[in-house]
Amino acid sequence: MELFTNQILAGISTGAIYACMALAVVMIYQAIDHLNFAQGEMAMFSTFISWQLMQWGVPYWGAFVLTIAFSFVGGIAIERILFKPLAKAPVLTNVAGFIALFSIINSCAGLIWDFTIKQYPTPFGSSPFLGSQLISTHQAGMIGVTLLMLLGLFFFFRYTRMGLAMRAAASLPESARLVGINTSWMIALGWGMAAAIGSIAGILIAPVVFLEPNMMGGVLIYGFAAAVLGGLTSPFGAVVGGFLVGIFENLAGTYIPGVGNELKLPIALALIITVLVVKPAGLFGRPIVKRV
Amino acid sequence: MTAMLNVRDLRAYYGQVQALHGLSFSLDEGSLTTLLGANGAGKTTTLRAICNMVRSTGAIEFEGQSLSGRSTENIVRLGIAHVPQGRGTFTAMTVEENLQLGAISRSDKAGIVSDIERMYEHFPVLKERFTQQAGTLSGGEQQMLAVARALMLRPRLMLLDEPSFGLAPLIVRDLFKILGRINREDKVTILVVEQNAQLALELADQAHVIETGRIVMSGGAKDIANNEDVRKSYLGY
Amino acid sequence: MSAAEEVVTEGQAVEAVPKRAMTLGTGTSLIVLAVLLVVPLLVKNFIIFQLTMLLIYGVAVLALNILTGGSGQFSLGQSAFYAIGAYTSAILMEHFNVNYALTLPIAGVICFAVGYLFGQPALRLSGVYLALATFALATAMPQLLKLGYFEHWTGGVQGLVVTKPDAPEFLENALKSFHLKMSQDMWLYYFTLVITIAIYLWSINLLRSRSGRAFMAIRDNEIAASSMGVNVALYKTLAFGVSAGITGVAGGLGAIAVQFVAPDSYTITLAISLFLGMVVGGVGWLPGSFVGSAFIIFVPNIAESISKGLSGAVFGVLLFLVIFLIPHGARQIAIVSQQLTARLRR
Repeated sequence: MELFTNQILAGISTGAIYACMALAVVMIYQAIDHLNFAQGEMAMFSTFISWQLMQWGVPYWGAFVLTIAFSFVGGIAIERILFKPLAKAPVLTNVAGFIALFSIINSCAGLIWDFTIKQYPTPFGSSPFLGSQLISTHQAGMIGVTLLMLLGLFFFFRYTRMGLAMRAAASLPESARLVGINTSWMIALGWGMAAAIGSIAGILIAPVVFLEPNMMGGVLIYGFAAAVLGGLTSPFGAVVGGFLVGIFENLAGTYIPGVGNELKLPIALALIITVLVVKPAGLFGRPIVKRV
Repeated sequence: MTAMLNVRDLRAYYGQVQALHGLSFSLDEGSLTTLLGANGAGKTTTLRAICNMVRSTGAIEFEGQSLSGRSTENIVRLGIAHVPQGRGTFTAMTVEENLQLGAISRSDKAGIVSDIERMYEHFPVLKERFTQQAGTLSGGEQQMLAVARALMLRPRLMLLDEPSFGLAPLIVRDLFKILGRINREDKVTILVVEQNAQLALELADQAHVIETGRIVMSGGAKDIANNEDVRKSYLGY
Repeated sequence: MSAAEEVVTEGQAVEAVPKRAMTLGTGTSLIVLAVLLVVPLLVKNFIIFQLTMLLIYGVAVLALNILTGGSGQFSLGQSAFYAIGAYTSAILMEHFNVNYALTLPIAGVICFAVGYLFGQPALRLSGVYLALATFALATAMPQLLKLGYFEHWTGGVQGLVVTKPDAPEFLENALKSFHLKMSQDMWLYYFTLVITIAIYLWSINLLRSRSGRAFMAIRDNEIAASSMGVNVALYKTLAFGVSAGITGVAGGLGAIAVQFVAPDSYTITLAISLFLGMVVGGVGWLPGSFVGSAFIIFVPNIAESISKGLSGAVFGVLLFLVIFLIPHGARQIAIVSQQLTARLRR
C-alpha cells in the first residue's frame, strides 16, 4: 500500500510538468480550435533564451520576466507571419504548418546551442519538500506556479473584457465580429498567451528533464493527452488531466510487467484513450452536441 | 431627409453563384424600413453584404462613408448593429455577458453600465435572467437578448434578419412594438428583413421588395400593403 | 462547470475532391506511364532504387489518402502498418523461405486484419482524439518490435537482413539472348511498378464505387450519412482495414527494396512524413500521392545539401513555401493546368 501511495505522489509531482504544458495547450486550443504541435518547441526555445540571458549575467527572475515578454511577442509574430496567411487553408494544411514550425525551431535551437545537455537552475532549491523523499521543493514550487497560472487564467477569462472578447471570438467568430471584435487579433493574442504560458512551463520543467533541444518531445505529447483527458475546453480539466497522466504513467511503469521506460508512453496514451471512449469530451469538457 | 445608407448596384456571390444582381436602394435617417421577398430572394444576402460577410461588388455608403474594403468588425464599429439570422447569441455565456459583449467596442464604462440598466427596463424578462446561460432562454427571450445586445452598441443603424422566425405571433407583436419604440425614442434607423410581410408592413414606414436578387418594388409601407397585386405576386397573401 | 452543452455545427474537416477531378486525364496518365517505363533504362542503379522507393512511399501515401481524404479519418499511425507489413515479408522470407512475391499478399491481408481491428475502438474517436490514438499506435510499434519476447523472430534492436531477389529465370534467359542483363534494382523497380499500378487502379475504382461513395458520405457528414442508412461502423472500419492493408503491401515492398528491417526505421517520423506527403500531394487526390512521396524523399536531401547544420530548418522553410503557394496541394497545380489547357484549346 505504501508503494502505491508513493507512486501516486511521485505521479503528482511529474504530473505538474504535464499540467503546466497542458495549460498552454488548452490556451491555444481555445484560440484556434486546433492543437499546435510546435508548442513544445516554442517552449524549449524560450527556455534556451532564458538560459542564455542568465549566461550573460541577467539574474534568474529578470531573465524569467524578459523571457515571458519575448515569448508573448514571439508567439504573436509567428501567428501573424506564418499562420494568418493559412487562415483560409484547409485544417490539414495548417497541421503541416505546425510540423514545419517544429522542424525549424528544433533545428535552429540545435545549431545555436547544440545538443549537449545543460543544467538549468531552479529558484526553489531541490531539497525534500516538508521532509518527503518524493516531492522536492522544486516540484512543490512547480505545482504552486501551475496553480497560480490557472487562477490567473480563470480571472482573466471570467472577469476581464479582453478575456470575454477572446471567449466570444473562440466560440462564435461571426457573432463576435458582429459586436465589433477583431477576431483575427484575438487569435494572435491567443498564440501570444499560449507562448508565454509555454515558456513558463519550459522554465519550470528544465531543471527536472535538463535543457536540450529535444527535451519537450515527450512532454508535449503527455501535455496533449492531459489536455484531451481533461476536456479541451477546460483549463481546470487540463491541470487535473496533467496530474492524472503523471499518475497513470507511474502506475503503468510500476505495476504492469514488462513495461520499461519505452512503453510507458503508449500505455499511458492507451489508458487515456480508453477514458475518452467512455467520455468522449474528456472529464471536464462540455459534451458536444453535433448539429447536422 | 438625408440618406443614411446608400446601396448602389450591389452584386453578391457565394462562390461561383451570384445571389444579388445589381441591387440599389437607400435608407432615410430615422426611418423604419422593411425588406420583403420570398425565400431565397436575397434578403439575408443583402444584410450580409452591407456588413461585408459575403463577397460583393458595388457601392455601399453609410453616412457618406464608403464601406467597401472594411472588415465586418470595422463596419460594426461605425455604428451599424446587425442581428443575424438565428440570432447569433453566445449560448455558453450569461445574459449579462452577452450584453457586455454588445458594448465591447465601447470604452465609456459608466455609459455601458447605465445602458445595461436601460436594456433591463426595455426588456424586464432579461433582468430576471441576467446570470442565466443564454442558451437556456426561450426563443422569444433570446430574440429580445439579441436586440438588446445590438442596442448596447448605441448604433445609428440596426439591421435585423427575420426576427420573427420561430416565434409565436403574440411574442412577435411585442417584439415589433419594442422595435417601433426604439426607432422613435432612441432615434435608431432600422432595416428589418422579414418573411412575415403582413406584420412587417404594419410596423414599417418604408418597404422594398426583392425578387431573385433585385429590388422590384419600393415605396411607403402602407401603399405596398394596400396594393393587392404586389401582395399576391410577391408576398403571398 | 456549466451544464449547457456546446453545440457544434459539423463543418467539413476534409474537403471533397470532385469525382471528375479524381484522376489525371487519360492523355496525362499515358505520358506519365511512358516516362515511368522508360526512365530506369537511362539511369544508374541508385536512382532506380530511389524511384522504387518513390513508388513504394507513394503507395503508402495513397493508402492514407483513402483513409483521410476518402473516409475523413485522420491517422498518424500508418508507420505501424508499414512496419507490420515490412516485418511480415522479412520474417517469411528469412525464416520460412517464402518467395518474396508471395509475402506481399500475406502482408496485405495481415495488415488489413490489424487495421480493421484497430478501426473498431477508433469508431468512437474522431479528429484530434483519433490523431492521439493513432499516434499512440505509431509510437508503440518500434518499442513492441524491440521486445525481448519476439526477438527470435524480429532480430530485436538489430533487425533482420533481407535477401534481395533476382529477376525471374525466364526473363533472365529471354534477355540473355539479346546480350542484355537486368539488374536486381531494375527488376525490383518494374515489379514494384506493376503492383503500384494495380493498386492505383483498384483504389480509383474503389473510390468511384458504392463503397467509395459511402466513405465520402461519412467524411462529409457522418450523422447525415448514418441517417440515410449508410452502415457507418462497417465502412469506417473497412476504410481502416483497406488503408492498413495497402500500407502493409508497401511496407513489404520497402523491406525487399531496402534489404533490411529494423525497429527504428519505423518511427513516428515515418508516419509524419506520410502525412506531409498526403498534404503536399493534395488530400484525397490519389495521383498526388506520388508527388507527395517525391517531396518526402527528395526535399530532405535537398535541405541537407543546402545546409548540413540547419537541414531541419531549411526543410521547414521549404515546406512552408509549398503550403503557402499551394495550400491545397499538387491538386491545385493540376486544376490550374487543366484550366489553362482548356483555354488554349479554344
